Amino acid sequence: MKWTFFHKLGSPKWFYDLAERWQFILLGLGLLLLCVGSVWGLFFAPPDYQQGDSFRIIYIHVPTAILAQSCYMMMAAAGLVGLVWKMKISDMFIAAAAPLGAGFTFLALFTGAVWGKPTWGTWWVWDARLTSMLLLLFLYFGVIALRSSVTQVEMRAKASAILVLVGVVNIPIIKYSVEWWNTLHQPATFTLTEKPAMPVEMWLPLLIMVIGIYCLFTGLVFVRVQNEILQREQKTKWVQALVERGGKSR
Amino acid sequence: MSVPSLRISLRSIFSAEVQLAFRSKRQFFNALMFFVLVLVLFPLGVDPGKAFLAKSAAGLVWVACLLASMLAIESMYRQDYDDGTLEQWVVSGQPLFLIVLVKNLVQWLGTGLPLIILTPLLATMLHLPSEHIPLLMLSLLLGTPVITLIGSIGAALTVSIRSGGVLLFLLVLPLTIPVLIFGTAALNAAADGLPSNGMLTVLLLFFVLAISLCPFATSAALKMSVEQ
Repeated sequence: MKWTFFHKLGSPKWFYDLAERWQFILLGLGLLLLCVGSVWGLFFAPPDYQQGDSFRIIYIHVPTAILAQSCYMMMAAAGLVGLVWKMKISDMFIAAAAPLGAGFTFLALFTGAVWGKPTWGTWWVWDARLTSMLLLLFLYFGVIALRSSVTQVEMRAKASAILVLVGVVNIPIIKYSVEWWNTLHQPATFTLTEKPAMPVEMWLPLLIMVIGIYCLFTGLVFVRVQNEILQREQKTKWVQALVERGGKSR
Repeated sequence: MSVPSLRISLRSIFSAEVQLAFRSKRQFFNALMFFVLVLVLFPLGVDPGKAFLAKSAAGLVWVACLLASMLAIESMYRQDYDDGTLEQWVVSGQPLFLIVLVKNLVQWLGTGLPLIILTPLLATMLHLPSEHIPLLMLSLLLGTPVITLIGSIGAALTVSIRSGGVLLFLLVLPLTIPVLIFGTAALNAAADGLPSNGMLTVLLLFFVLAISLCPFATSAALKMSVEQ
């Protein structure tokens, strides 16, 4: 494989066309997988021997939580790329991903609270993972707030890249401090190195949900990045031509 | 024109900053008053009883200290940005992160240290057992520099934003949670009769991490603010 794709990433037009081609496939695939996964998980997967049916919220909770955490990592990677190679796309990615990440973090927190009611008997406990997710939500809010208060484009890109990188250095520290501070949450459901403790018929729909939510996320990011490109590149000829054609690519 | 040696320029920046801090005592004084006022609010608003206060005094002092430090840090680089000092630092040819360290030191001398000195008085008013006061001061001594160093990143990022005040809190407070956790944990351990060396060591670790990493992020943010 050559590194040309990396250079192409520097061109907003190339990325726009890529996003145009892939967004509907990804969104469709994501929705399909999410439907399959949730129907399978909610109706056909066996109930948990301890928690009964209430465990089924795991099929929403875990995928959103995984995505919420990895979205920040992706933003940090984009921030690094943006600082080092000054790519426009990386900042557009941060712009597109931050609100999505905040949304997924909120969903993870919300489903966690709903799950906590039947299992722990209370909506909210100051448990390690819940608390670190809450702090992650604030980190997302910080990025969004900083972006909305800086108007100058280049400075906004740099400022949010620095902030995201500082945040990503802090995330493990926050995570372990909070974990040390208090924990009653069950350990991670999916780890890459160990076999899951769940039976196959339970975790397979979960895996489908995770893949589905990633497809959905990527599709949404593509749509949002396209928006960003159109706004920022509105002075260029190809965007003006595109608008004159009514948004149809050729 | 030749660049003066690093030692000379850092020393002159330090003395200039100390002088400036002395002449604009207001912002540091405001932070101190804020600290005292927040601590007075708790007995009035929650419970003046000795049982509650003795249990939560350390946490209250830590939270108030965190908020007061943030309040002072908000305007840390504001004046340097407005009058062009920041530009001079950037073009001075000296490593910016060292200047940032000096600036942080002065900032800490202006806020962190007075807060620590005031702590015995307020901790006594909050009925913290007197044998735990030195420990509280020690934990603050290790923790407040970290707060200043992390806060300085936020201050540098928001220096050119007019309404940066609340934004700074949102950017920085989540990052200071670990310091708060271990700072209060040291006191809680002592209250339970357990050794608190472990927590103090972790605080020391945070201090070492912060002092070696934060100045670089701050100087990157300052350069960005100046360049625009």
